[in-house]
Amino acid sequence: MIKKSTIDSTINDITQYRRDFPALHQEVYGRPLVYLDNAATTQKPQAVIDVLSNYYSADNSNVHRGVHYLSQKATDQFEEARRTLRQFLNAEHEHEIIFTRGTTESINLVASSFGRAFVKEGDAVIISGLEHHSNIVPWQLICEQQKAELRVIPIGQDGDLIMEEYEKLFDDKVKIISLAYVSNALGTVNPVEKIIELAHRHDIPVMLDSAQAIQHMTIDVQKLDVDFLAFSSHKVFGPTGMGILYGKEKWLDKMPPYQGGGEMIKTVSFEKTTFNSLPFKFEAGTPHIAGVIGLDAAIKYVQKVGLKSIRQYEEKLISHAVDELAAIDGLSFVATPKHRSGAISFLLDGIHPFDTGEILDKLGIAVRTGHHCTEPIMDFYGIPGTVRASFAFYNNKTDVNKLKEGILKAQKMLG
Amino acid sequence: MDKQTIDEKQNEIIEEFSYFDDWMDKYELLIQLGKEVPLIDDQYKKDEHLIKGCQSQVWMHAEEKNGKVFYTADSDAIITKGLVSLVIKVLSGHKAEDIASSKLYFIQKIGLQNHLSPTRSNGLLAMIKQMKLYAVALQQQKIK
Repeated sequence: MIKKSTIDSTINDITQYRRDFPALHQEVYGRPLVYLDNAATTQKPQAVIDVLSNYYSADNSNVHRGVHYLSQKATDQFEEARRTLRQFLNAEHEHEIIFTRGTTESINLVASSFGRAFVKEGDAVIISGLEHHSNIVPWQLICEQQKAELRVIPIGQDGDLIMEEYEKLFDDKVKIISLAYVSNALGTVNPVEKIIELAHRHDIPVMLDSAQAIQHMTIDVQKLDVDFLAFSSHKVFGPTGMGILYGKEKWLDKMPPYQGGGEMIKTVSFEKTTFNSLPFKFEAGTPHIAGVIGLDAAIKYVQKVGLKSIRQYEEKLISHAVDELAAIDGLSFVATPKHRSGAISFLLDGIHPFDTGEILDKLGIAVRTGHHCTEPIMDFYGIPGTVRASFAFYNNKTDVNKLKEGILKAQKMLG
Repeated sequence: MDKQTIDEKQNEIIEEFSYFDDWMDKYELLIQLGKEVPLIDDQYKKDEHLIKGCQSQVWMHAEEKNGKVFYTADSDAIITKGLVSLVIKVLSGHKAEDIASSKLYFIQKIGLQNHLSPTRSNGLLAMIKQMKLYAVALQQQKIK
């Protein structure tokens, strides 16, 4: 009886958590803030803010090296975060969780370290046409360095990957595939299970840029059987400047270090340095300790809300938003993916997206305009940019209605 | 011919904007101004007349008539066009040396600096710099 009511309340009552986010409760230009730029960054719950404040007020110390009380306390909290993350992603080992500065650094780490070890002259790397610049440029750099080829899974007008074309990209030259779980610009959810399965049939590892998936859906790295996975703390209600790289032990062990410095070494002499074991091999220098502890709090918070409930709630909200926006004359969606999460990109006929964004801003509605660091996607559609409204579980139907009213007002002013 | 100095025009614009308290009304005015911009001739709407630093595109051309500099422009975004129109109202029709040495304070006085998105505000600065450069270039051509 109690169990049933708990489940029901988590699923039905998700809107109660909005009050945990102080930044959402403010006015901008004299109007209540409607925050719809969650794909850029998410707001922070009080629980995360408190943990950061407490850490600097009471526990600040360097980790892994001190013999003293505070250092031990900081180290304990720091390593507790690794346990939380292992469990959150269902990784097999704690040492498969590497702390980085963000998704971008995680991808650069794999592109550089995996690339130097396994991508040779004449080899190929596959990415997709939906990638953020951070999952294009690191691979371009390593391909250029190793004289390898970058292959791209094409997209269709609907904003979905063309899977038949993906299959054609395979041959024995391909060494790794790296792609977005969810597109930041279009909201497309890629069929990653199929993509990974097909890649593994050819014995090719897959990296998932999960920056836009981590806050919206449950991710089980063992079930997905994904080889590498990256995300940023600030996209999942945690602090900025902090990120995660998950990698299978068998790959991480074979990869050379990314950066040299403290913490990542076992012994150093001028003749020869031997490296520390996982995960420290990839964590050079004093880490972002507050960031790690803040992310730990964010993940625990998300677990309390429940990703299953979040997903159910968001799917309804996004589908409601799509219906509401579709009813606006002169509004067209940029991409209509089969499966969407988080973001809706659109344009108003004859109106520059930048103008729309500016008027919405003055109405208190925060959206993003521009190319969203995905210039190849904009080139594909032949547009200068889009207006992107992106959602988190603390958004509600009032936000959607205000967005709709704002768009109608912008249309009237700008048309 | 317009007899107002650059500063007199700036003051006039500041006054015009001060009638509106709500930012939405100020934007209505900007949009209206955008529709009044002296449009650039299509032959100049090329990359070499494009001003970089904007999320939207701005094309600008300057020419000299009777010792004064006149600007024409266009943009693909209407609010940007409104901003271009404002700056043209202030600077166009003046001597190159007056344009080059002018100090534009009206943008800050109106409060636009703080309300424009940073990319738009950077774009505006890039535009003013380019307009001054055009003026200087026209002046130097004349000396030669």
